[in-house]
Amino acid sequence: MSSTPARDGAGNNPLDVAAIREDFPILKRMVRDKPLIYLDNAATSQKPRQVVQALVDYYEQSNANIHRGIHTLAEEATELYESSRARTAKFIGASGPDEVVFTRNTTESLNLVACTWAAEHIGAGDEIVITTMEHHSNIVPWQWLVQRQGAVLKFIEVGENGQIDLADVERLVTPRTKLVSMMHMSNVLGTINPVKEVAKIAHGNGALMLVDGAQSVPHMPVDVKDLDCDFLAFSSHKMLGPTGIGVLWGRRELLLGMRPFLGGGEMIDIVERQTSTYNELPWKFEAGTPNIGDVIAFGAAVDYLSALGMDRIREHEVEITAYALEKIGGIPGVRILGPKDAHDRGGVVAFTMDDVHPHDLGQIVDYEGVAIRAGQHCCQVLSTSIGVPSSARASFYIYNTNEEVDALVVALEGARAMFAGEEVAAVVAR
Amino acid sequence: MSLDDLYKEVILDHYQHPRNRGVLEDPDVATRGHNPLCGDEILLAVKMDGDVIKDIAFGGRGCSISQASASMMTESVKGQPITEASTLAGGFKELMSGSGSTDGLGGNEDLESLQGVKKFPVRVKCALLPWTALLEIIGIWENAPGHAAKAS
Repeated sequence: MSSTPARDGAGNNPLDVAAIREDFPILKRMVRDKPLIYLDNAATSQKPRQVVQALVDYYEQSNANIHRGIHTLAEEATELYESSRARTAKFIGASGPDEVVFTRNTTESLNLVACTWAAEHIGAGDEIVITTMEHHSNIVPWQWLVQRQGAVLKFIEVGENGQIDLADVERLVTPRTKLVSMMHMSNVLGTINPVKEVAKIAHGNGALMLVDGAQSVPHMPVDVKDLDCDFLAFSSHKMLGPTGIGVLWGRRELLLGMRPFLGGGEMIDIVERQTSTYNELPWKFEAGTPNIGDVIAFGAAVDYLSALGMDRIREHEVEITAYALEKIGGIPGVRILGPKDAHDRGGVVAFTMDDVHPHDLGQIVDYEGVAIRAGQHCCQVLSTSIGVPSSARASFYIYNTNEEVDALVVALEGARAMFAGEEVAAVVAR
Repeated sequence: MSLDDLYKEVILDHYQHPRNRGVLEDPDVATRGHNPLCGDEILLAVKMDGDVIKDIAFGGRGCSISQASASMMTESVKGQPITEASTLAGGFKELMSGSGSTDGLGGNEDLESLQGVKKFPVRVKCALLPWTALLEIIGIWENAPGHAAKAS
């Protein structure tokens, strides 16, 4: 495949990045006297005015607790909160809003499945299959579970190309497998995993398929019916929304059969002295007063992304990623991790540079106003497996431009020169 | 605060030409320290002669700040009584996390060059990594049978 993005379909109607940037006040700020170039979107995205305004409007106009008061504000707040849920359901192609559970973040969504469905259905000798590229949040809950239940945690290895091999999946997923849990898009390698094909293999063996969509849902069209998965977890804050909101989508019949996660108000039906019955979906899984304001603001983020169109967003990111792979990859001594073709990956470009530690790269480019991430990116198993203890990572979103990639490249070349013995002052002065 | 507050020439020199980097055969005490955030790791080993650090070597991987700090630390404590090393480690921690004073460094100019790191809070952990390993080694040595700590 060519590294040039396709020009058909959505490519004929590219994002108006200049107009989008106007919606993000933070992009106008200066960092160390340079315009901010924000390339740490895989960690968290920036927020448009519309999202901030939704939060302000809620607290200034409609603040009340939901699902209880009979007064006007309580009704408004409930309506706004549940409307966010309905738009989220539509955004991912869910069968209905009752399949969408709000949590704190992707991590909590994954832990919810581990503590409820998995704790009840995975026993001694059963197997959970994940990959070595998983985020710690899709490893640690399963480690705890298999230790408790006497089950087995198996890993699909990542190949030289940064991808998994479906033949390995076929080999590792057996009738003993109860759950396959996998990230849709790697936050380090950028790899887009073939979760739809993996789900087929999982189902063929009687196992469920959980997709960690933290990196994919913000950046490409994701439809749970098309993927034919059983659970999907993702976070608001990586898709223009506030921190503190995560989503767990689950197939209705599964959620109906699951025991609740946390106990308390809202999740109950009838409470007696010794026993209780539980609320309907999805409230059964939302104990206590939820993060109402942020759910409402998240709805504004979903609206913003929906209006742009996820296919156009994906197209924009393929284009900027292809450009970044070429430009960053062209710096002497730089090695890019993950698939070589932008069509096989998301807008995440992690790399190493000979003789310059990623921490130093991050620090030096910050002096050019460029924000990137450096380290292990919460993927120690991957670091060990591929023998790359740490890397620098640039990650893109709807507001990033090729010119920003150019600025990063200049800053990286400055770092290289500095460690090659050029005067620090000369580098800083560039 | 500019970039050359952090990347002083002497720091880059220690990073590019580390002193005492390598492996000690048959060390008396060895330890491994790591920073889970960035994946940096230090392996530190000493050979003792009585209560004197006769030889010291470090390995592992890390950024320029942690590697330069390790290089300077090993150079500073090699040949020193363990109590002196302990005092210097205390002085260095004071430089990084306390008052920022260089008073506890005994006029060691290389170590003083790391003063700028304090202005970059994320990097303080990098600079401290080798010193934390040193203090661990001192603790192990002092608690080892037959090597009771001297009052200092």
